Amino acid sequence: MTDAATLPAGRARPVPGSAGALPARAVSWLRRRLFASWRDGLLSLGVIAVLGAIAWAIVPWALFDATWHGASRADCTGSGACWAFVSAKASQFVYGFYPPAERWRPDIAFALLVAGLVWLMVPRIPAKAYAGFFMMIVLPVATFLLLHGGFAGLTVVPSDQWGGLLLTLILAVSGITFSLPFGVLFALGRRSRMPLVRWFCIGFIEFCRGVPFLTVLFMAIVMLPFFLPSGTKPDPLALAVVGIIFYEAAYMAEVVRGGLQALPKGQYEAAMAIGFGYWRTMLHIILPQAVRKVVPGVVNTTISLLKNTTLVMVVGLFDLLNIVSAGVSDPLWAGSQAEGYFIVGLVFWLMSFGLSCYSRAIEARFARAERT
Amino acid sequence: MLGYLRNPWTLAAGCLLLAATAASAESGATQKAIAARGALNCGVSSGVQTGMSTLDSNAKWSGFEVDFCRAVAAAVLGDAEKIKYVPLEIKTAFATLQSGGIDVLARTATHTFIRDIELNVEWPGVYLYDSQGFLAKKSLGVKSAKELEGASICVSAGSNYELNLADFFRKNNMKFTPVAANTRDQNEKNLASGRCDVYANVLSALAGAVSKLGNPDDWVVLPELISMEPIGPVVRKDDARFRDIVAWTLNALIAAEELGITQANVDQMKASSTSPEVQRLLGATGDFGTKLGIDNAWALNAIKAVGNYGEMFERNLGEKSPIKLQRGLNNLWNNKGLMSAPLLR
Repeated sequence: MTDAATLPAGRARPVPGSAGALPARAVSWLRRRLFASWRDGLLSLGVIAVLGAIAWAIVPWALFDATWHGASRADCTGSGACWAFVSAKASQFVYGFYPPAERWRPDIAFALLVAGLVWLMVPRIPAKAYAGFFMMIVLPVATFLLLHGGFAGLTVVPSDQWGGLLLTLILAVSGITFSLPFGVLFALGRRSRMPLVRWFCIGFIEFCRGVPFLTVLFMAIVMLPFFLPSGTKPDPLALAVVGIIFYEAAYMAEVVRGGLQALPKGQYEAAMAIGFGYWRTMLHIILPQAVRKVVPGVVNTTISLLKNTTLVMVVGLFDLLNIVSAGVSDPLWAGSQAEGYFIVGLVFWLMSFGLSCYSRAIEARFARAERT
Repeated sequence: MLGYLRNPWTLAAGCLLLAATAASAESGATQKAIAARGALNCGVSSGVQTGMSTLDSNAKWSGFEVDFCRAVAAAVLGDAEKIKYVPLEIKTAFATLQSGGIDVLARTATHTFIRDIELNVEWPGVYLYDSQGFLAKKSLGVKSAKELEGASICVSAGSNYELNLADFFRKNNMKFTPVAANTRDQNEKNLASGRCDVYANVLSALAGAVSKLGNPDDWVVLPELISMEPIGPVVRKDDARFRDIVAWTLNALIAAEELGITQANVDQMKASSTSPEVQRLLGATGDFGTKLGIDNAWALNAIKAVGNYGEMFERNLGEKSPIKLQRGLNNLWNNKGLMSAPLLR
């Protein structure tokens, strides 16, 4: 029993012969982990009561009393959730205003994204360098061409018709993919010996960290048109994508800088001693070690980036949250806030939790690599 | 409609706008740009105001504001579908209008002095006379706003309504506790969960709230109305011709109701009506459209697209909608309301 090793001293009571029947093992597990003392027992019961109360409130609402089919809110007569609302609006939540006849194009883009993620994340699939190339170059270009169209007989679908989960993923994936490389560059720039580069990077990072993202977007959409020739309107999606990438890059830069500073000076000196130049030192010696140290910080920033994507309403874009907000105001479905926001919460939680799981898997892999 | 006047961002933007938009003022330029583009850029609210502008299940826009966009597009381009809707929060709405991002703002924007004079925009008319009132649970037993001494009141943070509310209570020597929230959604939830006794907003918003809060019979709008909010479409000040087009599109819809022209009978009225006003409005005689620089069938097209003013109101906000807002002041002048159009001669 390895469990004993993780218990506090004095609490370990390995049951002799615990390899016995399953019920006996379960009882012993309960006794050791949940009810080892009266204080543990009280705490466990308290937690169980709270969880039970939450489940008691949510499960009947979400499942047993729910209405699954219907054409309007009036069909939802039960006391539970009105999932008919979500199924009626599902395609709108996923694709936004994208024309129904052309929705196979976002479908292909989703498939490409999933393929890229699987390639990148499953350790057994080889050629990770190509996966990086795929995610950073092939995927964005292919997605843009596919969604925008205008060649080979594909009709043009302007970016103001992209919306919903599609838009959230476009913003999040492009933000996550490009903010880390730019962040690394800014972090290196901030520690550069060239004063102009250093000052520029410090100025940029401190500006971004000092200003709320909403303000950056607001200024971009309100002020930018006055500096452009009259009548030209900047593309809101391009503004949002560029804004998210550089804004989050500033945060990434600070996370990466933490990793750079945590490395002992000997690493730099050793690299110099064997005749490495600046870029070779950074690429082969310093960055691989620094980035390993800051995986939790990078994922933290990534998750906050994911949630920042909901602020794009200010430039008139309908990401998942905003299209659901609009959906619950539909007079036909008035009163469906709980269902709408429940789904949004669930989708964002799944994405964020997925990122955390991936981050923990990477950390575990690095830890194993260091032990061997 | 919200309290953007006290928002330093909008004020700063407004001041800059004033400096930046001195150029490019030419009467008729907006209409030429719309014709060249083949679409009207119409600013609406961001899909969260029930009855005003919302998305239906096919991601199509509908609502009162949207219908006004359609009327203008039909008048200018002859096609109510040639519109690009630009959903805007009130924070960015006026700046987007000024910078040319939209041609007309058909949002729930109240006409105020500061907006009119300092933001360099103009209200060509009023399409909704809204008033601020109070919504309470019937079970609370309150019959009048004068009985609200010590009540907690839900209100939009930083809005005109907050100021109106404070004025009303000061005038009546009463105290209240504001429960401020940013969005209508939050206010409605606070009211439903009992965080406040009463919700203060304009009648159209209160009616929308009732339609979302379940049984309408549980709620009552108190008789006191504490402010008048004239709400209308907004255009840039520098293009008088386009201002006229928007103003007369609205006038045409109101006149149509008075003259008995509806979406259903508009063609027949044009063919057979002997009323000179109907004939002039629908382009059977005269050249009203040509004088505006648009097709002579402008009013015909607009009415065909959205019906007359009364039909537009009832479909989106009134008895034919889930909101069931009383027409009240938005009735025609000859029916105890304030709606009237200048003479068609």
